[in-house]
Amino acid sequence: MDFGSINPILLIASLMVASTPILLAALGEMVVEKAGVLNLGVEGMMITGAVVGFAIGVNTGSSWAGFAVAALAGAALSMIFAIITQVLLSNQVATGLGLTLFGLGLSSLIGKPYVGMKAPGFAKLHIPGLSEIPFVGPVLFRHDPMVYVSILIVAGVWYLLTFTRAGLILRAVGENHNAAHALGYKVKTVRFAAIAFGGAMAGLGGAYVSLVRVPQWVEGMTAGAGWIALAIVVFASWRPWRILLGAYLFGGITVLQLNLQAAGSSIPVEYLSMSPYVITILVLVIISIRGNHGAPGSLGRVFHASH
Amino acid sequence: MSLIRLEKRAAPSRTLAALTPVMAVIATMIAGGIMFAILGANPLEAIRTIFWDPLFDPQFGPYSRPQLLVKAAPLILIATGLALGFKAGIWNIGAEGQYIMGAVVGAGAGLAFYPSESPLIFPFMVLAGGFGGWAWAMIPAILKTRFGTNEILVSLMLVYVAENILASVSSGLLRNPEGMGFPGSRNLARDYPAASNTEIIANTGMHWGVVAALIAVIFAYVLMTRHKMGFAIRLAGEAPRAARFAGVSPSRLIIFCLGTAGALAGLAGLFEVSGPAGQISIDFNSGYGFTAIIVAFLGRLHPIGILLAGLLMALTYIGGELAQLMLGMPAAAIQLFQGMLLFFLLAMDVFANYRIRIGTPEVAT
Amino acid sequence: MSTPYLALEGLTKAYPGVVANDNVSFQIMPGEVHALLGENGAGKSTLVKMIYGLVKPDRGAMRVNGATYEPANPHAARGSGVAMVFQHFSLFDALDVAENIALGMDNPPRMRALAARIREVSEAYGLPLDPSRRVGDLSAGERQRVEIVRCLLQNPKLLIMDEPTSVLTPQEVQILFETLRKLSSEGTAILYISHKLEEIRTLCDRATVLRLGKVVGAANPREKSARELAEMMVGTVLHTPSRDTTAPGEVLLTVNDLTLPAASQFGTTLKGVSLELRAGEVLGIAGVAGNGQDELLGALSGERLSAANAVTLSGKPIGRLGPNARRRLGLLAAPEERLGHAAAPEMSLTENALLTGDIREKLTRNGFVGWSKARAFAKKIIEGFDVRTPGTETAAGALSGGNLQKFVIGREILQRPTVLVVNQPTWGVDASAAAAIRQALLDLAAEGAGLIVISQDLDELMEISDRFSALNEGRLARAVPAKGLTVDEIGLMMGGAHDMHEAHAEDSPRTAQEVPA
Repeated sequence: MDFGSINPILLIASLMVASTPILLAALGEMVVEKAGVLNLGVEGMMITGAVVGFAIGVNTGSSWAGFAVAALAGAALSMIFAIITQVLLSNQVATGLGLTLFGLGLSSLIGKPYVGMKAPGFAKLHIPGLSEIPFVGPVLFRHDPMVYVSILIVAGVWYLLTFTRAGLILRAVGENHNAAHALGYKVKTVRFAAIAFGGAMAGLGGAYVSLVRVPQWVEGMTAGAGWIALAIVVFASWRPWRILLGAYLFGGITVLQLNLQAAGSSIPVEYLSMSPYVITILVLVIISIRGNHGAPGSLGRVFHASH
Repeated sequence: MSLIRLEKRAAPSRTLAALTPVMAVIATMIAGGIMFAILGANPLEAIRTIFWDPLFDPQFGPYSRPQLLVKAAPLILIATGLALGFKAGIWNIGAEGQYIMGAVVGAGAGLAFYPSESPLIFPFMVLAGGFGGWAWAMIPAILKTRFGTNEILVSLMLVYVAENILASVSSGLLRNPEGMGFPGSRNLARDYPAASNTEIIANTGMHWGVVAALIAVIFAYVLMTRHKMGFAIRLAGEAPRAARFAGVSPSRLIIFCLGTAGALAGLAGLFEVSGPAGQISIDFNSGYGFTAIIVAFLGRLHPIGILLAGLLMALTYIGGELAQLMLGMPAAAIQLFQGMLLFFLLAMDVFANYRIRIGTPEVAT
Repeated sequence: MSTPYLALEGLTKAYPGVVANDNVSFQIMPGEVHALLGENGAGKSTLVKMIYGLVKPDRGAMRVNGATYEPANPHAARGSGVAMVFQHFSLFDALDVAENIALGMDNPPRMRALAARIREVSEAYGLPLDPSRRVGDLSAGERQRVEIVRCLLQNPKLLIMDEPTSVLTPQEVQILFETLRKLSSEGTAILYISHKLEEIRTLCDRATVLRLGKVVGAANPREKSARELAEMMVGTVLHTPSRDTTAPGEVLLTVNDLTLPAASQFGTTLKGVSLELRAGEVLGIAGVAGNGQDELLGALSGERLSAANAVTLSGKPIGRLGPNARRRLGLLAAPEERLGHAAAPEMSLTENALLTGDIREKLTRNGFVGWSKARAFAKKIIEGFDVRTPGTETAAGALSGGNLQKFVIGREILQRPTVLVVNQPTWGVDASAAAAIRQALLDLAAEGAGLIVISQDLDELMEISDRFSALNEGRLARAVPAKGLTVDEIGLMMGGAHDMHEAHAEDSPRTAQEVPA
């Protein structure tokens, strides 16, 4: 085994790339859960975003177009979930699972013709000046634009939830939907908007996998990233900056195990590949020992305004 | 005030609850027909190829009819176990992992004695398979009862872990030493008679897994309707506080439901790997653990319903393969079709749980 | 001042199977404290929901200052000067006071300015509040203050208060009344909804009485006796439960210095609770909601376990035993929340009979349920306690509150308990069912069982208790004979005025005079 072949600069830089899909999806799901809705369909929306983003990217030659349409596709898919759970008042756990199964099927159907194709490429943005700083520059400031966009979205979500009235209403709806309704807030409208945002973010995250990270279309390529995003929301106690931390920690583990695989570690490949999932379980256990603080009060409960 | 309002029923309508799966299947056929039309197939022909030909076509029927039981057995076995948990509000969605581990442990137990001819080998494998699934399900169960860890995420994460273990053993521990280095174990069905899950009645698809599935359905039916444990499960799902007040221990319920579901999924894996699949290989599992979730809901979490839903879902598998062969339909189309079925079912539940009122009611003075 | 602030003209609202309001008309003048009096189910909440824009009337009209008033939603109602303090459901535990108040305002100022306003207004009305505290950590009285201050910040012309005193101690009620009088003297009309007659007689200028959705009378409550008002409200002459007093027997149940940490984030910790219950006696436990009532019931029923000796039954340590083991020994319980705790709403009455009857009525054998036995037990409860239901297979949730409560209490009484613990036995139950339940409890005590009745209804406790105690922040006061207790003494046992030291609690007359109107 050759640890020397692992370049720390590349390792940390690729950590940010590996984390971005999960960061985007987890952030979206956090907003959905803050509004009191549990959408277990993240994986399905991600994989749909991956295939749609890739298809559009290949056909238009523009990754940006791919990202935009992937976000729309994710949001559109999430609307199925929104209608069934919010209007038809179904069980959110079952519906979310259904969305994942549906999205996996839909994506492999759409993706058939695109297997083996190459993504259009997505230029890196070297931030002038900053990217020249030794070590810090290559690690932090020589990424593709989506990496920066994702961090801007974290800041935006944080600002929105903490300082704006819209954010306060969203939190209120998630905390106690009956009280929010009694005060005259439109619980369902707020939740539809949150679910759509969550869908769009999952779609973006998925597109990042197929357009940047891999970059090609492989069936089932998100490989549980959507589920890990769900776990990170719990890990982060529903706080935006902790989502960033959680996603980067997870990305770090992924990148490290991939590097160890490449370096010919004596640990069998399968055990390295399963490590992110095992570590996610361990993290979940540690979080639950500490107590699941911060879970919105109405999370996952059906809202039906009686009289 | 909107024109259409929902009004909660005091208790779900039992008639409508029984009818919704039928309505969902019809709606799915319509929506599926539209999807097939978009894919360029004749919708009626596609529906017929999926739902009719596997059973009644003179050319394909004889081949595909036995397949119905072969495919339905694991779905029913797994879904029966899952439904117990779902009823109690315990969301084990990692049955796929428990299924894989049952197969790995069960096959491993058999292969350890290769080439024994003892008649005890297969029963021993069955026990080992059930144990493998049970043990795998005990991980989320114990984490849930000890620390309150979310069982949805843990059981799901363990699917990916199990898949990696499967990959590891099929090219390592359980690899066929005479397989010229190819991954995959010895073929239990073909090369190891004592460990083979053979057809009990030739050309019917009736193997030991089918028998186990029927026993599981009867067991679950009696449990849910006649036994205190079944009552406790229903009570915990509907009113968790009332369940605690009635003396039901949440921990015991979690251990029981997850354990039973895991054991049944493990059995399904063992019967599959020693029969239809034949060997441990990296992709012997075909997603039954996930499809069984749909089966459980389609069967209304009721054992008899699951029996019927399992057969229906098996039909869509076989019909899907046939449609692939005959109409060039992509394999994914059928997966999408199954997903739609679950959506329609969940959407139509609203009719069982709520009354739909149109317009504002007139005043009765 | 001849134009009423709010005039209701023939308001009618029907729900399937029930006319909640039938041609309701009355007027509220500016500065008037107007009582809306009625039993549970008389249609009071539907009426106020119409006024507050949550429900639209089927027929009839409302006017504010003579102009047509048709609020499409609560925002519109607030825009017209109507504000409402809810009985339940309108605070957000995880948010702080300022955020909660901002949510109830249409154009709240920036958070810092709002916090200053909250301090200012809450001090001025004698209801001090810290804007940065988390609402989930506040006492029931403080939570109500949040709601009131939320309304006051918008300078309402009409303040609707829905059963405001059900969560207050008698001392806190006095403080609230001071605030309301001050508001009224400033010209704010108050619609005060209650079924507590003495309060209405103390506070209100006029009363409108609702029965089964209709206005059955109007009165100046100061000129009527409580009994006259009650009979207007109920429509029949009330029957007071009677009992034969028996000398208390041997000690049945003891609780010894029981301390239990809160089970949930916003739960209450039980601190050093001790009590002793004798055969044939009724121990009444008062207390404002959220002071440990649920927790005490859980610790007695066996839902929460404690040290073995912390709870004993007939001298036997039972602290480590679960609910069924305690039932076997004769300790039964009926929790407060009927739907979801005492009963499973979507299950049939037969299944709900099995829920607690399994052990003592021997409804299962070798783990298998004897459904016909369970059905017979359910039938016995229905017949013995006059539960109005189509049959044993009806879902518990389909029963009215009173009928379900009779079923729940009947289910425990028919199992011949040695000790029965009930929490809020008549909460949300109509007067006749409440009287029947109280009588049944007294009969049980007369037969020699020991009873613990936890209730927030002081009148009820005074009526049926032999000894009286109160829970306050998880501590149980030493029990005293109920006879001869004054309201002031009871109030002090309940904790007096919770955390209201800065308010006009200690010397209310002076403060009330000092605050300029």
